[in-house]
Amino acid sequence: MRRFFGFRSAPAFAIPPDVASDDVPPSCPRCGVSLVEDARYERYRVCSACGAHLAIGSRRRIAALVDEGSFRETDAKLFSADPLSFTDDAPYRLRLDEQRRVTGQADALITGTAGLHGHKIVLAALDFAFMGGSMGLVVGEKLVRAAELARERRIPLLSIVASGGARMQEGMYSLLQMAKTAAAIQRLHAAGVPYVSVLTHPTTGGVFASFASLGDVIVAEPGALIGFAGPRVVEHFLGRPLPPGSHSAEFLLEHGMIDAIVPRAELPATLGTLLRHYTRSDARHDGPGYELREPAAIGHD
Amino acid sequence: MIDVAEHSAVAATPTAWDRVKLARHSERPHFLDYLEALTTDWVELHGDRAFGDDRALIGGLATFDGQTVMVLGHQKGNDTKENIARNFGMARPEGYRKAERLMRHAEKFGFPLITFIDTPGAEPGIGSEERGQGTAIAESLLTMADLGVPSVAVVIGEGGSGGALAIGVADRLLMLENTIYAVASPEACAAILWKDAGRAAEAAETMRITAADLAAFGIIDEVVPEASPAHERPKDAIQGTGAALARHLRELTAEFPPHDAGAIERLRAARYERFRRIGAWREAEPTTRHSDEGGISAPRNGRSGEPRESAQRSG
Ligand SMILES: [Zn+2]
Repeated sequence: MRRFFGFRSAPAFAIPPDVASDDVPPSCPRCGVSLVEDARYERYRVCSACGAHLAIGSRRRIAALVDEGSFRETDAKLFSADPLSFTDDAPYRLRLDEQRRVTGQADALITGTAGLHGHKIVLAALDFAFMGGSMGLVVGEKLVRAAELARERRIPLLSIVASGGARMQEGMYSLLQMAKTAAAIQRLHAAGVPYVSVLTHPTTGGVFASFASLGDVIVAEPGALIGFAGPRVVEHFLGRPLPPGSHSAEFLLEHGMIDAIVPRAELPATLGTLLRHYTRSDARHDGPGYELREPAAIGHD
Repeated sequence: MIDVAEHSAVAATPTAWDRVKLARHSERPHFLDYLEALTTDWVELHGDRAFGDDRALIGGLATFDGQTVMVLGHQKGNDTKENIARNFGMARPEGYRKAERLMRHAEKFGFPLITFIDTPGAEPGIGSEERGQGTAIAESLLTMADLGVPSVAVVIGEGGSGGALAIGVADRLLMLENTIYAVASPEACAAILWKDAGRAAEAAETMRITAADLAAFGIIDEVVPEASPAHERPKDAIQGTGAALARHLRELTAEFPPHDAGAIERLRAARYERFRRIGAWREAEPTTRHSDEGGISAPRNGRSGEPRESAQRSG
């Protein structure tokens, strides 16, 4: 396993194998082209042939996003105390143990500090592999701690989400994380510290309807399923199938709900350019103020 | 609808599912019944100033306990026709945007905020997605969390998920005895947990959604008693609710006068801390079960005690 994360202090766990890395599908589930020896797939979990954005574990995602070796994990040892003593078919506690064993993570959100194109950031990444990226009390608490750290240090917060919504097994403790995270983001806003939210496949429910929708800038990955109510819920409510694309990143862009769609491989450069606007120290007012560029060079994407 | 005879048989110790049925009872008093009985000088304020006016989430100014307050509430219908007009109490994005607008209005003029929660949840339609249901709820949460006036919320029927919480980020949260507040409906929980919506009664029990459960967790501040279910004795339920609201609002406005800037900053800080503490976690590996209990955070001020789990764990 590559040691991208360069822990200075001892890591909470041995760095786990990336969840998505061990079961490399032989071919793209969308276009069928082989993914073996596909470098773009290897780094970004994106199919070179058709551009499909496939599932990516949060540690691999972080490695593909931040400056190499710059990630320092925070609060890696926060565990749910299972306040409902919840049991459905099996005790929630045992389910958590199983998820921890499989993913090597204490819960669904990884937080830490990192460099991104040289900009210091606080990073929070949800891992869909851990109970569907659902927001329980540990996810809420860690997101709030990340927001508070960003506020204290006055460095931008970046969250990357993939979540089915609430953690049913934590009942109202789960629901109230929506209020708790929104309150922390409000404080970050009030302090004038930038918050960028990245929505990936899938983003629904309580995560979408709280901190993930409160970014100063909100970007999404192409083709990501995003919505308040999941498609099955909406179909059940309507009693008929949904029109294609009604819960997509493209749909949200068209309806004015997000700022941009950014392919995964372009995210580091795009965020680097964006963050420069909020953190620049090179502003000068001693010249003409701008450099005229040749019209041809301006171009359009 | 609930079978009254069946209910009477279990009235001594209603199950969680009994409470669900009572909370949803069509003859239970709804928001406008409370408003009419408890306030005067009602002026409804309509519209989100962007798209439309939501009839499922309404608000306006009224006189309550001698002062002007901003009142918001989900409104269910009393019959099928009215329920269709009210969208069964399921608000759309324009409802949450109106609510947020009225919260800011309350803050601007120093009016305390009272909200009445009674919704199965936010509407999950395509139009709601198009107009940003998630964003509208998130922004309402954010605004209410930081509102510069005291606020009290009361669950008078169903507290359904994010659509309820969007007007529930208050300094005090009350529930009537036969109401529920849940992360998802028992039917939805059963469908998710067991792929069987028919096990809703079981889910209702497991999810800990009654007023008594949430009081034990320290998540709510007070249970307003219903000596008889509210649909049988609506005046009693409304009167009890009014008395509790007035008491909490007086305490809050005495401690945090709306026009005292320093007090309002303290109010904001207290509210942040109130929600900040909600959780129950351990900051160590779960394998060492005796030495690592110090990290458990009681839900709120430790007042209603530790999460139930901690006692078992340390045993
Ligand atoms: Zn492909």
